[in-house]
Amino acid sequence: MIPAAFDYHAAFSLDDALRLLRELPEAKLLAGGHSLLPMMKLRVISPRSVIDLGRIADLRGIREADGALVLGALTTHWMIESSPLVRDTLPVLSEAAGRIGDIQVRNMGTIGGSLVHADPAADYPAVVLATEAEMTAIGPGGRRTIPAREFFTGVMASAVRADEILTEIRFRRLPDGTGQAYLKFPHPASGFAVVGVAAVVRMRESRCEEVRIGITGVAPTAYRARAVEQALVGSPLDDAGVAAAAAHAADGVEPNEDLFAGAEYRAHLARVFTKRAVLAARERARRA
Amino acid sequence: MNRSITVTVNGTAHRHEVEPRLLLVYFLREVLGLTGTHIGCDTTSCGACTVIMNGLAVKSCTVLAVQADGASILTVEGLARAGALHPIQEGFWEEHGLQCGFCTPGMMLTALQILERHPEPTEEQIRRGLDGNLCRCTGYQHIVNSIRYAARKLQESGSPAIPQAGRVGA
Repeated sequence: MIPAAFDYHAAFSLDDALRLLRELPEAKLLAGGHSLLPMMKLRVISPRSVIDLGRIADLRGIREADGALVLGALTTHWMIESSPLVRDTLPVLSEAAGRIGDIQVRNMGTIGGSLVHADPAADYPAVVLATEAEMTAIGPGGRRTIPAREFFTGVMASAVRADEILTEIRFRRLPDGTGQAYLKFPHPASGFAVVGVAAVVRMRESRCEEVRIGITGVAPTAYRARAVEQALVGSPLDDAGVAAAAAHAADGVEPNEDLFAGAEYRAHLARVFTKRAVLAARERARRA
Repeated sequence: MNRSITVTVNGTAHRHEVEPRLLLVYFLREVLGLTGTHIGCDTTSCGACTVIMNGLAVKSCTVLAVQADGASILTVEGLARAGALHPIQEGFWEEHGLQCGFCTPGMMLTALQILERHPEPTEEQIRRGLDGNLCRCTGYQHIVNSIRYAARKLQESGSPAIPQAGRVGA
């Protein structure tokens, strides 16, 4: 399969990219290309122009700043998966990155590209919601910060505007005593999340002080399982209590349906994986 | 508008004018005539088109040739040196790691990435590493055995899994 013809522009700096985007407002931004190129090959989209961000070194890398973990938008899944810093401070992100696609896809695909693409079955959305990450976008109006809860606006739609570029993702350092886990039921053929659950749990004196649960794959956009969180805060997170709370994982959600998983089955998986993710995070919180 | 790109493939620099929509796999096969890299699914699923680009295994059906401008690429044609098989090729030969052979070039190049990251891989690491490579003949067991064979050979010789030609700055 061959994409329709387009003009190609390589950007070598963020300023370069912003200038090109002003001149070519209809252009598509190419990061790792592992969502964009398949769509162009299938001619789901046929952009007239493509601006390649892949050579902007400043947008690629992992650093610590002000107690936060800051990832450039072009940081690849493999860089995240293999980073000892991410593994030690944000294992939930490490786990999610390591379960995306396959080796080759993780070598090329980027966190920024994935987030902006906003596939409802992508893995990162659950993680950025559960960790309350912040995304930075830069456009003609300057720089702005988008909290995770406002980021995903619809199926393959994000709050990053057409004239903006997502530049970095900021994860604040989670306090000591926090346990985190990402659990996923992958589609057996595509590897995408039929259901993916990110859980962040903090315990204090055997009670759950704080819990956040992000769920992807189930609904048109990833969401926080608020009903589950409310049922768990202040509880001892005993197995029976977690199971009872997790029964609310798909409350108020109209689950996606496809040939592999109908709505009822997906909701069921959401409940099962929410329970497992919270229990896994709880175990790690106890050891933390 | 065509663009001029320079891509180093198996140690040799090639300069060509290409359409931006030309995929790397077509550049390798049709522009350079290196048909050892196969096109299987053409949808980023099967891994038959896997090559090593700047030290990273990539599916060349999902990379534009213009993205590879300036890159160093290793294809299956670059594995054997002076008539001697690379240990991964030897492994597939000795352990009967193929039947029809269509997936084999992609399997071998992905295997090099697995071995670079896990010089003494467990069976689990090999099998997980092959997530993105489909074989419709063998049931994978002989492929796993082939990669284990190559791991032993590479350990004995102390050679890096990925030859210089596939690494950055080659």
